[in-house]
Amino acid sequence: MDDNGGAFIVPVDVRIDRRGGKMSEQTSLRAPRLWNWHRIALFLPAMGLIGFFLIIPIGVIAIYSFLVPGVYGGVVWEFTTNAYRQFLFEQDLFTDEWAFNGAYLNIYGRSIGQAAVATIACLLVGFPTAYFIATRPPENRTIWLFLVTIPYWVNLLIRTLAVLFLLRDQGPINSFLMDWGVIEKPIRLAYTNFAIGFGLVYSYLPFMVLPIYASLERFDFSLMEAGYDLYAGRWTILRKVVLPVVAPGVVAGSLLVFIPSLGSFIAPDILGGGRNLMIGNLIALQFQGSRNWPFGSAAAMILLTLVLLALFFFARRQQGGLASSHG
Amino acid sequence: MSGRESSSQKSLRRYPGFRAVALMCLFLLYVPILVVAIYSFNDIRSITTWGGFSLKWYAKAFSNPQIQSATWNSLVIAVSAATIATCVATAAAMGMTRGRRFRGQGGVFAVISIPLMIPEIVTAVASLAFFLAIGFTLGLHTILIAHTVFCIPFAYLPIAARMQGIEKAFDEAAKDLYAGRWRAFRYVLLPMMTPAIISGYMLAFIISLDDFIITSLVAGPGSTTLPLAIYGLVRVGFSPEINAISTLLLLVSMIFVSASYLVSRIGRSN
Amino acid sequence: MSEGENEIAVHIGDVVKVYGSGDSAHTALHGINLDIRHNEFFTLLGPSGCGKTTLLRMIAGFESVTEGEISLYGQNLATSPPNRRPVNTVFQQYALFPHMTVAKNVAFGLKMKGHGEAETRARVDEMLRLVQLDRFAERRPSQLSGGQQQRVALARALAPSPKLLLLDEPLSALDLKLRQAMRLELKQIQRDAGITFIFVTHDQEEALTMSDRIAVMSEGALQQVGDSRDIYEAPVNRFVADFIGETNLPEVVIERYEGDHAVCRLGDGSELHCSVSEGAAAAGERGHLSIRPERLSFTAAGEEGSIRCVIDRTIYVGTDTQYAVHLGDGSELVVRVQNEAGEELPWSAGDEVGLRLATGAARLLSD
Ligand SMILES: Nc1ncnc2c1ncn2[C@@H]1O[C@H](COP(=O)(O)OP(=O)(O)O)[C@@H](O)[C@H]1O
Ligand SMILES: [Mg+2]
Repeated sequence: MDDNGGAFIVPVDVRIDRRGGKMSEQTSLRAPRLWNWHRIALFLPAMGLIGFFLIIPIGVIAIYSFLVPGVYGGVVWEFTTNAYRQFLFEQDLFTDEWAFNGAYLNIYGRSIGQAAVATIACLLVGFPTAYFIATRPPENRTIWLFLVTIPYWVNLLIRTLAVLFLLRDQGPINSFLMDWGVIEKPIRLAYTNFAIGFGLVYSYLPFMVLPIYASLERFDFSLMEAGYDLYAGRWTILRKVVLPVVAPGVVAGSLLVFIPSLGSFIAPDILGGGRNLMIGNLIALQFQGSRNWPFGSAAAMILLTLVLLALFFFARRQQGGLASSHG
Repeated sequence: MSGRESSSQKSLRRYPGFRAVALMCLFLLYVPILVVAIYSFNDIRSITTWGGFSLKWYAKAFSNPQIQSATWNSLVIAVSAATIATCVATAAAMGMTRGRRFRGQGGVFAVISIPLMIPEIVTAVASLAFFLAIGFTLGLHTILIAHTVFCIPFAYLPIAARMQGIEKAFDEAAKDLYAGRWRAFRYVLLPMMTPAIISGYMLAFIISLDDFIITSLVAGPGSTTLPLAIYGLVRVGFSPEINAISTLLLLVSMIFVSASYLVSRIGRSN
Repeated sequence: MSEGENEIAVHIGDVVKVYGSGDSAHTALHGINLDIRHNEFFTLLGPSGCGKTTLLRMIAGFESVTEGEISLYGQNLATSPPNRRPVNTVFQQYALFPHMTVAKNVAFGLKMKGHGEAETRARVDEMLRLVQLDRFAERRPSQLSGGQQQRVALARALAPSPKLLLLDEPLSALDLKLRQAMRLELKQIQRDAGITFIFVTHDQEEALTMSDRIAVMSEGALQQVGDSRDIYEAPVNRFVADFIGETNLPEVVIERYEGDHAVCRLGDGSELHCSVSEGAAAAGERGHLSIRPERLSFTAAGEEGSIRCVIDRTIYVGTDTQYAVHLGDGSELVVRVQNEAGEELPWSAGDEVGLRLATGAARLLSD
C-alpha cells in the first residue's frame, strides 16, 4: 500500500516512488549488505522509536490476549485462551459451561459489512471523480486534486461532528425538507447505520479518489481510441479497456477505504449514538469501561490480523500484476 | 494528451454523468464543514434559523478556561511531537535515500510505515497497555510519545520523496569542493531539503493537533487536548461554541496543508 | 618545487576497479597505467561504458580503488577523502547548488577551504571575469542558460586553484553550436589558468580538437595514448583506427618486413607498402590495414602503381564526395575526394578507375 498509500498523506502531487526515483543504471538485483554504521545510525532513531513504542506494545497486547483479566482492569499472569473463545461462546457463570453466543461475531460481521458498503459507495463516487479529474487539462488537475485532498486534513472528529450536525433531527437537512413540506416530521438520519456509512464515506472518500487517479494518470488514453476503432461502445470500453488498466488503483483505493473503515471508532461512536457498535468501539470499550484487557487485546489482534491479511493479499496481487505485465 | 487534439477526440473520453458525480463528490466533501463554519457565525443558538452574523461563539469559546488549557496542551504537544518526528524522519530519510540501496531497505521502510498501516485503535490500546505495563502514569508525556511515533511516517514520506529527487552529484560536488560530511549536509543538502522538511513538519503538526483516538486512550486526567475537549462538549450537548472551535481548527488545518503544499512546490521548482 | 614541463602530475599505476562482489562482480577497469603531465590538457576518449567516468571518479575520490595506485605530484591519494584532494570536478550535469547564487556557488570551495572574506570575493570576481559571467553574479543557476551554467561550473571548480581539474563530458548537455564554441573557450581557459585538465568525452572530434594528449579506452583497458596526430595517423590497433575518424580496414596477407615498413598483399593481389604499428602479426600471417578514405585518390585505370577498381556509388556530402568502390576480388573500400568549386563530379558509378594511395596512407594494425 506504500506506493499509493503515499499519495494521500502527502499533499496532492508529491507522490512517492518507492523504487527510488531514478534507479541508477548499475543497481544490481541483489543489493549489497549494509555495513555502514553512519547510515544505520541515521535511521536507527526512527526505527527505535517505532520499535519500542509501537512494535513492542503490539507484542504486549498480543501477550495480554492470552491472559486472565484483572478485576479492575489490567491482567493476571495466567495463561488462557478464554479471550478468544469469548468471541464465539459465553461461559455460564454458575456451571462454567460454554454456550454459543453470536453477539461479538455479529459486531465483526456488521463492521465488515459496514466497511464493505462504505467501500463500494466510495468506489461509485470515487471512480467517476478520479476519471473526470484525469481527463481535465493538466493545469486544472492539480487544483482538483488539491480540493479533493484538503478535507482529509481536517480533523476527523470535526468532520464527523459536521455530518452529525447535518443529519440531526433538527439539522439543516431535516429542517430544509420540512420547510418545503416534503416531510411532516423529521426523518431519522442520525444514529443509524446509514449515518455511520455516510460518515465513513465522508471520512475516507479521498483515499479512493487519489490512487485511482494515480493509475489513470498513467493510462494511455489513445487505447480508448483504439477501442472505438474496433467498434466497441463507450461503456464496453470502460469495462474492457479502462477498468483492467486501473484495477491496481481501484484495489489500492478500496483497501485504503476498507481498512480504516473496519477499525473506525469515531464514526460509529458519534453517528451511531453508542448503539451501533463496531470493532473499534468494542476494543476501546474493553480498555475504558468494561475493563477486560485480554478480551480487548484479543479483539485488537483479530482486527490486526484481518487488516494484515487484506494487505498481504493486496501485496500479492500487486506482485502478480507486475509479474504478468513483464511476461 | 497534447493540446492539438480535436474536441471530438477528447469527447470520446468523456462519460455522461461523470462530471456530475465529480461535482457531487466535491459538494459532499465540503458541504458539512461549510455548514458548520456558517453556523458558527449564527447569532442565535438555533441551527434552523439564521439570527444574523456574530462572533459571540468565538468569544465564548476563547473565554472558556477548559478550552484555553486544552488549546495550550494541544499546541505544546503538536509542536514537540512534530519537531521530534521531523528530526527523526529527516535522519531516517538521509539514511534511506543517500548512498546505495542495501539489503533490508524494504524492511526498514516497512517499519517506518507501520504506524500508517495499523488501525489507529490498535495503536491506541497497545500504547495504553504498554505505558501502564512499564509503569508510566498517563499524562501529557504519554500523549507526546504516542503522537511522535504516529507522526514519523507522515513527516518521513514527503521528506524522503524530495531527498530521492536530489541527485547524489550535489553531495559529491560539495565534497569535491572541500566540504566534509557534515558541512556538505549543513550547507548543501539541508538547504535544498528545507522546503520538504517544513512541509513534513507541518503535516506532522496537523496530525498531532487533530488526533483524537490515540489521545483519548493515552491521555491522563487533566491532560486534555483540543479534540478531547470538543468531544467532551459534544457529550454534554451540541452548542454553537463547538462550531466555532471546529471552524478554527478547520481553518488551521487548511492553512497548514495549503502552506505545506505551496512550500514543497517552491522547493521543487527551485 | 619546480613543476617543469615534463613533470608527472598524475600517476595511475596498475589501477583495477571491480564493482560489486561475488556473483555480481564486474570489472570496470583492467589494470590502467597512465602518466599525465603537468599543465597538460589530457583527454580520456572511448565509447560509453568503457570506464572513463569510473577512472575519473577514482581520481576525484568518489570511488574506491580496488587495486593499484593513484598519485598526484608524487603523493599517494589512497587515504585522502575527496574533500582533502586538491582536485576539482566539473560534473556532467554541473551539479550547481540551486539554492545559492552564482557568486556563492563559485565561492563555496574557497569558503570550505577557509579563505577569508575579502580574498574569496576577489577570487570569485576574477573567476567570473575569466568565464565572462561577472554580470550574472547574483543570479540563481536556474536563471542561466545551459552554456552559462557550464561556465559557472567551470569557474566554481577553478576557483580554489586545484592542482588538477576533472571534467566529465562537460559539453555533452550543450547544443552543437555552443559545444563547438565552448571547445575553444575551454582550451583557452586551461592555458590561462595553467592547470592540468583531465577531460572525459566519447566525442572523438572534441578530443582531437582540444587535447594535448589523448588516451583511447575500450572495455576498461587503454588502447593507445598519444597526441591527436598520433592517434589519428598512427593508430595502434583496429579499435583505435575504427573509433577515431573514418577508415577502411581491409584484410591483408603480410608478405615481408622491410626495415620499419611492411609489404602487404590485398585481396586482389596488389601489394602495398605500409607503416607498422607495434604488435602487428609476423610475416606470412594475416592482418588488417587502416587506410583513411581521404588518403585515397583516383587516376586513370591501369596507371603505374595504382590499383584497379570499379566505382559502385557516389555520395555528394558538401565538402567532398564519397565513392564506394570494389576491387578485383570484390572487396570494398571507401574513397573521399575533396570537391572543387563549380566542377562536375569527374567520376561516376560504373567507371573503372585506378586507385592511388598517398605516401604513408596504409598502416598495418595489431588486432
Ligand atoms: N556503481 C557501479 N556499480 C556497478 N557497475 C558500475 C558502476 N559504475 C559503473 N559501472 C560499470 O562500469 C562500466 C564503466 O562505466 P563508466 O565508467 O560509467 O563508463 P563511461 O563513463 O566510459 O561511460 C560500465 O559497464 C558500468 O556499467
Ligand atoms: Mg561516463
